[in-house]
Amino acid sequence: MPDTETTAPRPGATPATAGFDPAARYRLSPRVGLRPEPFGALAYHFDTRRLVFLKSTDLVDLVNALADHPSAAAAIDHTVEPRRRSAFVTALASLAESGVVEPAVEPLLEHPA
Amino acid sequence: MTTVHPTPRTPPLVEQLKGGLDAPICLTWELTYACNLACVHCLSSSGRRDPRELTTAECFSVVDQLADLQVFYVNMGGGEPMLRKDFFDIVEYSVSRNVGVKFSTNGTYLDAAAARRLASMNYLDVQISLDGMDATTNDAVRGEGSWAAARRAMDHLAAADFGEFKISIVCTRHNVDQLDDYKAMADDYGAQLRITRLRPSGRGVDSYHDLRMTNDQQRQVFHWILDHPDVLTGDSFFHLNALNTETGGENLPGLNLCGAGRIVCLIDPIGDVYACPFVIHDDFLAGNVRDDGGFAHVWRESELFTELRQPQSAGACASCGSFDACQGGCMATKFFTGLPLDGPDPDCVHGHADDALAAIGQGVAPRPSQDHSRPGAAVPVALTRKI
Repeated sequence: MPDTETTAPRPGATPATAGFDPAARYRLSPRVGLRPEPFGALAYHFDTRRLVFLKSTDLVDLVNALADHPSAAAAIDHTVEPRRRSAFVTALASLAESGVVEPAVEPLLEHPA
Repeated sequence: MTTVHPTPRTPPLVEQLKGGLDAPICLTWELTYACNLACVHCLSSSGRRDPRELTTAECFSVVDQLADLQVFYVNMGGGEPMLRKDFFDIVEYSVSRNVGVKFSTNGTYLDAAAARRLASMNYLDVQISLDGMDATTNDAVRGEGSWAAARRAMDHLAAADFGEFKISIVCTRHNVDQLDDYKAMADDYGAQLRITRLRPSGRGVDSYHDLRMTNDQQRQVFHWILDHPDVLTGDSFFHLNALNTETGGENLPGLNLCGAGRIVCLIDPIGDVYACPFVIHDDFLAGNVRDDGGFAHVWRESELFTELRQPQSAGACASCGSFDACQGGCMATKFFTGLPLDGPDPDCVHGHADDALAAIGQGVAPRPSQDHSRPGAAVPVALTRKI
């Protein structure tokens, strides 16, 4: 069985959003393999050896679209309905915490339409 | 392992995983049945090399197939994998194809040069097997000189600046009282401790009853794991979650399910694909990587794996309040102790299997389908302490 590198959230724990800045531009870490699955995707971080389950295809679409937007917030606004926004901010913060997504360093290139 | 899900509308992840995935999350690949040791609990009854072993080219082909399936890493073992002359070729090829390698070794052949070579590679984890803090405890199970060999290998890895290697312990009734000492040793080395459950598989079929933990020890392990979240377990102790009545419902970290044929499997040295590393038996043989369609076809189409992905009956456990937590335990452990697969695990913490286990006569439980032991090489368990 896969080794579990992190504990499941303890009852009563609040999701860590510290360190995640929705106004910054993010991308899928190049050190992460993302494997599409019926439930969403399986992400594996080759440096930390952490296995992360993305349990929503919408979340996978968002992660893949991150680098195309000037900020994580813009990517969320573009990908999901407003009422689900906060859930996706929390999910992205969790993915940033585990290193699956990371701040994008290169400037966003404007592609002609 | 972490789950990230913005909305809880879909069925629980575990339920989806039980239905199987297009490719395993991780798999175990025993590279050879050859081994210089003869551990009494060896899951694969290893000793002698099987002449039908996959060739180097066939091993590369398996790596290619795993890479195509986006299998992120493979647990290589044996036997003693370093006994293969092409061991480094296979490991380096795998890593070059982005299939990370975690390999298990008894350490005998991990000298200073090998440690330096391993330290230079990315995507590589090394796991040294050890089953006791001292030579007496360890060598009773793994054979004379094996404790010293494992410690030498750890020293070489540390000297080569390998980084965080893993020390892997199979918990038995003789060594489980040493958990704090293992942790301290791992910390001293800058290593990560991994503890796993003993299975009655391979030669373990004969040593299981002498080595299995007492119920008090199982309880001790359950709480110890919860107190040490940085210790790896391969999610192998999920049957202990039936003790979650003592923790206000808190379970051990992990997926808490039997992954056999659903998210994990085993490729043996001759390319046979089994449901998991603990069931090397014809009843759990799904196919061979040499068959038409290769590994992917076996994984996706085999009758056995298709069946394992169907909803499983809770059987005799259905009326037990702990079933959701423990899932009835480990399929392989039930199988090789002769218990029904849809009933309690022999190590059920509530003792629900005790009567059935006691009633199983001599010679009734299935034997492993293969034995690669070298004649006369098995080590006696000298520390026997009956429950």
